Amino acid sequence: MDLTTLTYIAVGLSFALYIGIAIWAKASTTGEFYVAGKGVNPVVNGMATAADWMSAASFISMAGLIAFLGYGGSVYLMGWTGGYCLLAMLLAPYLRKYGKFTVPEFIGDRYYSKTARIVAVICLIFISFTYVAGQMRGVGIVFSRFLEVELITGLIVGMGIVFIYAVLGGMKGITYTQVAQYCVLIVAYTIPAIFIAFQLTGNPLPQLAFGSTINGTGEFMLERLNSVVTELGFLEYTTTNKSTIDIFAITLALMVGTAGLPHVIVRFFTVPKVRDARSSAGWALVFIALLYTTAPAVGAMARLNLTETIQTGEVGAEDGNLSYEERPDWMKRWEATGLLSFEDKNGDGRIQYYNDANADFQTKAAQYGWAGNELQVDRDIMVLANPEIAQLPNWVIALVAAGGIAAALSTAAGLLLVISSGVSHDLLKGTFTPNMTEGQELMAGRVAAAAAIVIAGYLGYNPPGFVAQVVAFAFGLAAASLFPVIIMGIFSKKVNREGAIAGMLVGLIFTMGYIMAYKGIFIPVMIENVEANWLFGISPEGIGVVGMLLNFAVAFGVSKVTAEPPAHIQHMIEDIRVPKGAGSAVDH
Amino acid sequence: MNDQSAAYWKRNVKLVATLLAIWFIVSYGFGILFVDALNTIEIAGFQLGFWFAQQGSIYVFVALIFIYVAKMNKLDREFGVHEDDD
Repeated sequence: MDLTTLTYIAVGLSFALYIGIAIWAKASTTGEFYVAGKGVNPVVNGMATAADWMSAASFISMAGLIAFLGYGGSVYLMGWTGGYCLLAMLLAPYLRKYGKFTVPEFIGDRYYSKTARIVAVICLIFISFTYVAGQMRGVGIVFSRFLEVELITGLIVGMGIVFIYAVLGGMKGITYTQVAQYCVLIVAYTIPAIFIAFQLTGNPLPQLAFGSTINGTGEFMLERLNSVVTELGFLEYTTTNKSTIDIFAITLALMVGTAGLPHVIVRFFTVPKVRDARSSAGWALVFIALLYTTAPAVGAMARLNLTETIQTGEVGAEDGNLSYEERPDWMKRWEATGLLSFEDKNGDGRIQYYNDANADFQTKAAQYGWAGNELQVDRDIMVLANPEIAQLPNWVIALVAAGGIAAALSTAAGLLLVISSGVSHDLLKGTFTPNMTEGQELMAGRVAAAAAIVIAGYLGYNPPGFVAQVVAFAFGLAAASLFPVIIMGIFSKKVNREGAIAGMLVGLIFTMGYIMAYKGIFIPVMIENVEANWLFGISPEGIGVVGMLLNFAVAFGVSKVTAEPPAHIQHMIEDIRVPKGAGSAVDH
Repeated sequence: MNDQSAAYWKRNVKLVATLLAIWFIVSYGFGILFVDALNTIEIAGFQLGFWFAQQGSIYVFVALIFIYVAKMNKLDREFGVHEDDD
């Protein structure tokens, strides 16, 4: 069977599964729609959280980024896992004990302020739309590459599927679909990795193959990689040219941002008990770690495979480079998409792939008769092309396509749900139309989810500039606005309404302003985005950390000079600090 | 807040502080601040600092959460603030 047919079968079967689950898990109350009736087993919730968390970026882009950044890619590996320790120990159990439906609802109640709740909803909606647009785009890219349809067709199919299970099933439908999506995506990610690890090193476990010797030699993979890439003028794989302070700040912003992302936090509202919220965070990280410890191995192996495919012989030798006519089929297929391209600058009919931005390497390159780097490779294709590079059977490639779509859809659904609950529960029921019946609120939630899907699809098709800055915007703003007020709301009895609102606004405006000024989002670029211009040497991707510190400082400062929180709020804080008394008793 | 719950909260905060100190040391310490020093040590094909940044810290994160879960469940029982078993 040819690849396209196989891919249609794999993707079609996975879609049938998701729709079947949606019909089985239809939500009939707001409790089921928002938090799956708080009856989800902690291990199951951990799996759903992992799918919710691992997006198109984790599945499709991350290993490719690591392949080209080497050690510099560690910020994503540590940053997107370490936040679960903060979630487990600082947030999830207490918010579960509080037992309501949304993150802004907690902020509004704890700071006895509708203003605080509305500021939180605005942060949440902006963060979630930035994030979801990238997912929809990921769905469109996978469709257009593997099913050979237009981007817009892929987007509409993806929107339709999410519509069915998110609008119908709410959190309940999403939870059980995410479990299925996790299974699809993890199998799709690890099978090619195991094959490639075995081919290269004879050790099938990617986590170990990464540190093993290359088949038939005594040379360790990472040593070989370091020597192969430095011979071509690239930076040693296990080092970086980023400053330590920037690596530190980005990693911290990603960790804290993870713990402040509403679509992740609400997953812990769905388990029955406080102790389940704790263990569920652990299970989530186990399931995430399966992919996150595989990804760096995939990145290293892909970089090695790619480099050695092009540099077939000795560097500088006349026949040391791959002849364009003899290039493998996978290169031809990706050339058709425009994501991989070759330009024969020195007219020798062979492909030279090296770092022509490295001034020290110029003389050597000139001696070899090279006239510049001739191969452009989009980082996003590394995971998708990996099975083809390793010459794996077509069904593996079809599986990877289904896995990429599963990763994007599961994250999109989680985001769409928090947007819809932000609108129906926080803005409508909580603020503007408190007299709604439960039936009306449920309908409002469904309408909001449907509207959010349409907007997300539009943003995915016509991505405005801010969509490309998911890392800076979504994580930076979550770190600078939501995370600090939630933490202070639990761990301090003194931080009051005035402090929280001032802190959130300062963190938000500072972080947003910094990113906009350097990245030129919504406004023209005001300061050139280079290291010399950065505040404390911290790039826009890491600036959320400074925003977070400002938020804490302002909140504590303002709270000191204004009236302390009323007695009933202080009692509420004491109550959420102990597990006893949670569960269905405090349900609506 | 009575003495009993104040003591419970103090023990909780102390446990979290200890675990997050380890969290900080393995990721920010071994993986970032001292990565160059640790990279001079090579074990089983990995430079140690690089391994902590791309593998080791993640394994430690998982272990820390399960240690937290076990210790908190014990603490809850000790102070009688655990949830009833259904």
